[in-house]
Amino acid sequence: MAERGRLAEGVRAYRLIAGMWIRSTMAYRASFAMTTFGSFAATFFDFVAIMLMFSRVDALGGWSLPEVAFLYGLSAVSFGLADLVIGSMDRLGRRLRDGTLDTLLVRPAPVLAQVAADRFALRRLGRVTQGSLVLGWALSRLDVDWTAGKLLLMPLTLLSGCAIFCAVFVAGAAFQFVAQDASEVQNAFTYGGTTLLQYPPTVFGKELVRGVTFVLPLAFVNWLPACYVLGRPYPLELPGWVVGAPPLVAVVCCAPAGLAWRAGLRSYRSTGS
Amino acid sequence: MGAGRLYATVALGGFRRYATYRAATAAGVFTNTVFGLILVYTYRALWDLKPHLGGYDQAQAITYVWLGQAFLSTLAISGGGVEDELMERIRTGDVAIDLYRPADLQLWWLAADLGRAFFQLLGRGVVPFVFGALVFPAYLPADAGRWAAFLVAVVLAMLVGFGLRYLVALSAFWLLDGTGMTQMTWLLGYFCSGMLLPLNVFPGALGTVVRALPWSSLLQAPADILLGHGDPLRTYLFQGAWAVVLLGAGRLLQSAATRRVVVQGG
Amino acid sequence: MDGFITLDEVEKVFSVRRKTGFLRRERQEVRAVDSLSFTVARGEMVGYIGPNGAGKSTTIKMLTGILTPSGGRLRVAGIDPSRERSRLAHRIGVVFGQRTTLWWDLPLIDSYRLTHRMYRIPNARYRENLDRLVELLELRTLLDTPVRQLSLGQRMRGDIAAALLHDPEVLYLDEPTIGLDVVSKAKVRGFLRELNAAQGTTVLLTTHDLQDIEQLCSRVMVIDHGRLMYDGPLTGLHEAGESERTLVVDLERELPPVEVPSARVVRVEGPRQWLAFPAGQSAAPVVARLAAEYPLVDLSVREPDIEAVIAKMYAERAVS
Repeated sequence: MAERGRLAEGVRAYRLIAGMWIRSTMAYRASFAMTTFGSFAATFFDFVAIMLMFSRVDALGGWSLPEVAFLYGLSAVSFGLADLVIGSMDRLGRRLRDGTLDTLLVRPAPVLAQVAADRFALRRLGRVTQGSLVLGWALSRLDVDWTAGKLLLMPLTLLSGCAIFCAVFVAGAAFQFVAQDASEVQNAFTYGGTTLLQYPPTVFGKELVRGVTFVLPLAFVNWLPACYVLGRPYPLELPGWVVGAPPLVAVVCCAPAGLAWRAGLRSYRSTGS
Repeated sequence: MGAGRLYATVALGGFRRYATYRAATAAGVFTNTVFGLILVYTYRALWDLKPHLGGYDQAQAITYVWLGQAFLSTLAISGGGVEDELMERIRTGDVAIDLYRPADLQLWWLAADLGRAFFQLLGRGVVPFVFGALVFPAYLPADAGRWAAFLVAVVLAMLVGFGLRYLVALSAFWLLDGTGMTQMTWLLGYFCSGMLLPLNVFPGALGTVVRALPWSSLLQAPADILLGHGDPLRTYLFQGAWAVVLLGAGRLLQSAATRRVVVQGG
Repeated sequence: MDGFITLDEVEKVFSVRRKTGFLRRERQEVRAVDSLSFTVARGEMVGYIGPNGAGKSTTIKMLTGILTPSGGRLRVAGIDPSRERSRLAHRIGVVFGQRTTLWWDLPLIDSYRLTHRMYRIPNARYRENLDRLVELLELRTLLDTPVRQLSLGQRMRGDIAAALLHDPEVLYLDEPTIGLDVVSKAKVRGFLRELNAAQGTTVLLTTHDLQDIEQLCSRVMVIDHGRLMYDGPLTGLHEAGESERTLVVDLERELPPVEVPSARVVRVEGPRQWLAFPAGQSAAPVVARLAAEYPLVDLSVREPDIEAVIAKMYAERAVS
């Protein structure tokens, strides 16, 4: 019950602070329009690179362009949503260095919610929009044998993928309590992760695929669900039920990330640095 | 002579300053290595199907990937050079102080950026490159002359890179909040420098256009020399021409900006 | 011990890693706060001073629940700050002198609206408090101005109002007058006096400005090396270390130390010399004498600051 109360408090604080940031951004409308378009274009260039590759070949790792676009869309939307919701957490290191985290600690709201909402930027919708467009295009081109299960899996996959990336962001922020200057490490897992998932699993080495399936389970963001929907074999032997596992994996990821965050904050409050 | 020593000191300062951020450097090395890994696999898939795509063989494509990772921060291809600080100084008005220094604004920042670039090359560039060369079957020329020619192209690339970013930085004199503008420039730079895909893989007219743009001096030009694809002299001429044009444009913009500062009284 | 704020043998030990050589690091324990005990009664106004790194801000951070003490017992309004940070937050107000908590790009009023909702202040009380604070701190005309356009003094007043909207029982101020001009300083001090008298708010403030203490606090605590060195009225501190003012004199050229009765040269740097003279004495006779006998270019008087008073206090203790 206390946990639920804290969650509600956190969501409330998040909404209040995010709202303030939206109003702040609107003070510079032209810049907002530019950066939103920039966010859209950034991801667009990503996809242009894939299209350029397909201008030279018909398939990559055995996957066609619409199939890769399907992977791309799922990954980009999941990551885009996570980035929109808590993407600014990588600024925690800066707050630690200049001591402004203290100002958040004297407010009656969970610190995680306050840090997550810090610099909330609607412009990140650009990435989500671009991902959705690619996903839509892919779905229109693919000849999927839709079943009720597959249809249900789609929204579940996007939400679970978003949660998995959120866990990565939170864990990355927790790491910054240890190494304030090393915020770039998390880019390897966030931006690196979403880039990795844009390509078919068949492209990568077995060890890498194993790592991404069992250690840092990014594969559940799109690879496994996409293989199931498209009726393609996954490069690793896995039992059939894993198809429904993304929500479970998301929960399993969020728990240690939350614990890491708590440990990080506790260490900050005992060391002051 | 005295001026030369001044700028050498500034450059050394730039080098030292970036050298103090050890954790950040280690983090950067790690991230560049991860991105290199991802790209290498995708390039291999591509070159498996088209073994001579863009005139490279697979080993050369692998070398290209790790060169890209080594150059990303060295040449600050998508930002992250001294221009951040310069823009901050322009916004806060501190640049007025710089203008009264007995040193040229552009040369001062160029020296600082070169210092930074050399540190990033050694601190952030070498490790991912060596990692990539050891773990994957990369192409490495045995000819020392080729490496020397390559390094000359890298230095020219540093000049062109600074020339581009200096122009972006000076835009802060006119734009109150230039976040959008700079973000767009970095994206364009990332795409047009060949960070995503070598420019000689770009098809048709698009390929011709991107290869003529200044960004191709950054990664593509030095890479082609190392991979034995470009005539060094012609490449230097291309890079040098862009360096002169961009730095010259920087000077023009700088004097316009200076007049503005003087008129407004800082 | 039934104070509103009580500290009983409170300790804070940091373990820092120090570089001892190339790639060699050593762990070292630093006692930022060392068995600190004091109580502050409800409605008191206390100056908390000490040199940089003395443990002032560590104490404030423990009192506000930011830092967890390594030992001892600490209560604010009966609450253990580090355990119940959020509950405590409703009852305290904090102003960090150099870090505004106001929203930079938004009109001042927006920051207050956020506080209203985040602290769940009942509407009637919010309106009443806002009205009162805006009146007293002269913010009426600034409410619709974006914070980035406010002067330092206006911003500080804005920050103080933000910290008080939820009727905190205790207000912590960290260097509330730093960087402010004379008029702004006077406004802030006047307001704090009024707040303490009318609302009975307990105030704990850290400062480098001796005048803040002189004009506001009946009680001063001096901390150094994590220990309480002095606790009592300001007059006692003055006696403990009779303060001096400094006259900075620029001469036309380098000269041997000037000789003026009742002032002594404490420092010489090229043509500039520093003269110390008792704080209670007028500078006029010293200046007159100097102007008559030496080639003066410029001069200025520096008021004694906390550091000087404390340094003097130590020096005299060491002698006695």
